[in-house]
Amino acid sequence: MAPGYYTPALMKPAPFDYHQARSVSEAVAHLGEYGYEAKVLAGGQSLVPAMNFRLARPAVLVDINPLDELDYLDEDGDTLRIGAMVRHVTFEQPVTKGPTGRLLAMAAHHVGHLPIRIRGTFGGSLAHADPAAEWCVIALLLDAELSTRSLSGGRDIPAAGFFQTVFTTALEPEELLVEARLPKLSQHTRVGFQQFSRRAGDFALTMAAVALESDDGRVGNARIALGGVSDRPLRAPEAEQALEGQVATEESFRAAAEIAALEIDAIGDIHGSADYRRDLVRALTRRALEQAIAA
Amino acid sequence: MSERTKVEVTLAVNGRSYRVRVEPRRTLADTLRDDCGLTGTHLGCEHGVCGACTILADGQPVRACLMFAVQCEGMELRTVEDLADGDRLHPIQQAFWENHGLQCGFCTPGFLMLSAGYLEQNPDPDEDELRAVLSSNLCRCTGYQNILKSVRQAAEVMRG
Repeated sequence: MAPGYYTPALMKPAPFDYHQARSVSEAVAHLGEYGYEAKVLAGGQSLVPAMNFRLARPAVLVDINPLDELDYLDEDGDTLRIGAMVRHVTFEQPVTKGPTGRLLAMAAHHVGHLPIRIRGTFGGSLAHADPAAEWCVIALLLDAELSTRSLSGGRDIPAAGFFQTVFTTALEPEELLVEARLPKLSQHTRVGFQQFSRRAGDFALTMAAVALESDDGRVGNARIALGGVSDRPLRAPEAEQALEGQVATEESFRAAAEIAALEIDAIGDIHGSADYRRDLVRALTRRALEQAIAA
Repeated sequence: MSERTKVEVTLAVNGRSYRVRVEPRRTLADTLRDDCGLTGTHLGCEHGVCGACTILADGQPVRACLMFAVQCEGMELRTVEDLADGDRLHPIQQAFWENHGLQCGFCTPGFLMLSAGYLEQNPDPDEDELRAVLSSNLCRCTGYQNILKSVRQAAEVMRG
């Protein structure tokens, strides 16, 4: 302590009680005790800005940064298991061979900036559920399953039912997200990831992630997920269906992108109108499909 | 809301140990400046966008405004005060000087620590990657070109 330095009375965030969890069970016990009063502090790259603005004023913070037991990547047969505390930066280099690792690396480079990626976590991003968060779109694209722990045990939630609306998930206040399980894409799946933002590192106005099974020029299973366009990440099922069985050509991609733009329920805001986002869906879906096939 | 009690935290900053009493809501950036007296770390936006408060935590560049001091016990923290060796500037500082990598200087501590953390792990960065990394922080004076030039030169000097 250096005496004599001016210590201002005001601080950015509202006061809170701080609990540093030393185990998952301890974290879960705190969440069970405080419920809605508590927030989990993972990387803090979205929560702390919200607290600094006092948009978020949790009475209790449960810090899970010390939990090395949630910082792991495991390959379990055809499933990639990602511990909730794995930092974004980890995915910049492929963490698994094949298209799944490539897709994660493509998306990772779009997550914030380097210092943000160093602190921010995979699980934190999913639990925060920003509609324009890359990992939420990837989780939906890959039909991830998300595991929680709570005092009453835990449950597995499919990504399709997890993201409900802006910053709102199926997580109950006493639940801790502990793991995301990503079914790995087959080796002949082609992947693409495209997004548009005003400045590098900003949250995207819209993003498109695609995975196409194709080994003979014809598209098998096709998946398209979109982010930033609505209140939560969305799949584009009609466009996916339209692609299946088609020969992968510029025209079939253009047609699918058009369907995606029409079927999506786009939302307008200060950054761009609903129509503008629809245009972005059209352009980015086509680019992501072309990128996938070109690779 | 009841009055919160302060907690005692020991921070390892620039190889020195600082014992401070802070509320849990005290950000690391405020603690460094106001409790440790290390005012080289600047605060701009205080929500993680501008990067003026970038320091190294265990060798990695992080936003000090997005961490709380209570989280940082046991971490090796480095701030801009640790770069120069007495009157001898660090190669990155020297390069910023020589290439006019700063004008008003407000963003400079953040750029220096961002570059230091990055170059220590990537001594020979390619141009695209360097541009992406330096886009992490905001500078409203230089237009970034001289910052790029500075960090390129520093990388060369540091490689020896």
